[in-house]
Amino acid sequence: MAESIFGIHEAAFRVRSARAEVLANNLANADTPNFKARDIDFRKAISEAHRDSERFEMARTHNKHISSENFSSTEAFLKYRLPTQPALDGNTVETHIEKAQFMENSIQQTATLEFLNSKIKGIRGALKGE
Amino acid sequence: MSMFNILDISASAMHAQTVRLNTIASNMANVDSISSNSEETYRSKQPVFQTILEGSEHEPRGGVRVKEIVESQEPLKMEYAPNHPMANEEGYIFRPNVNVVEEMANMMSASRSYETNIEVMNTSKQLLLRTIQLGK
Repeated sequence: MAESIFGIHEAAFRVRSARAEVLANNLANADTPNFKARDIDFRKAISEAHRDSERFEMARTHNKHISSENFSSTEAFLKYRLPTQPALDGNTVETHIEKAQFMENSIQQTATLEFLNSKIKGIRGALKGE
Repeated sequence: MSMFNILDISASAMHAQTVRLNTIASNMANVDSISSNSEETYRSKQPVFQTILEGSEHEPRGGVRVKEIVESQEPLKMEYAPNHPMANEEGYIFRPNVNVVEEMANMMSASRSYETNIEVMNTSKQLLLRTIQLGK
């Protein structure tokens, strides 16, 4: 029900939070030897996440049953970044690129929050009859 | 997936960079620790970072930890100074294999990385607070 109210923004918010985590991980490992920088393929992740929200859930009558939610996770859209200047120690994190991507992602996340907020405000207004 | 994992990741990186800064401070402090034999001479210490792939209770998945602190294998600096009080029978003293210029560059890199992680934490904090405020 909630998904039909928020539309694509709910899925977008989840993908953007996951992307923020991946980028933060890249920045945290900027000095780790042999670490390979990764990023989320946003287009693929969002289309899959949106399709997920329309897919119906399988009934779980026993707690050992596998949840159908886990069949597609954002891990599947994690791609390795192509470095422009790889370091000698095998690290492919380029801090300036990661910082720019992180900033971009946080602005997009703010925008998504803004959309969600206005949705909630609209529904509130409708409920109150203002 | 916890929403607060991102803060743990940045915190783990800040911890690792602090360890790095500590070893740099130790290396710089001991740059003139002279000794009369090669076994007792201070050797430059360098931390080795590692990505946390399978996090335990206290460690976030992702993030970074200090795997070990290794001693530099570079040769010690031998110096002929027969009048030095620490000189051995042949008149030599041993200086640590600390490269001050290298350590300074290392220190700048460590402090920049630390700052980057603070920025990530601040941005994440603002976004998390806005998420809590959602619908108000």
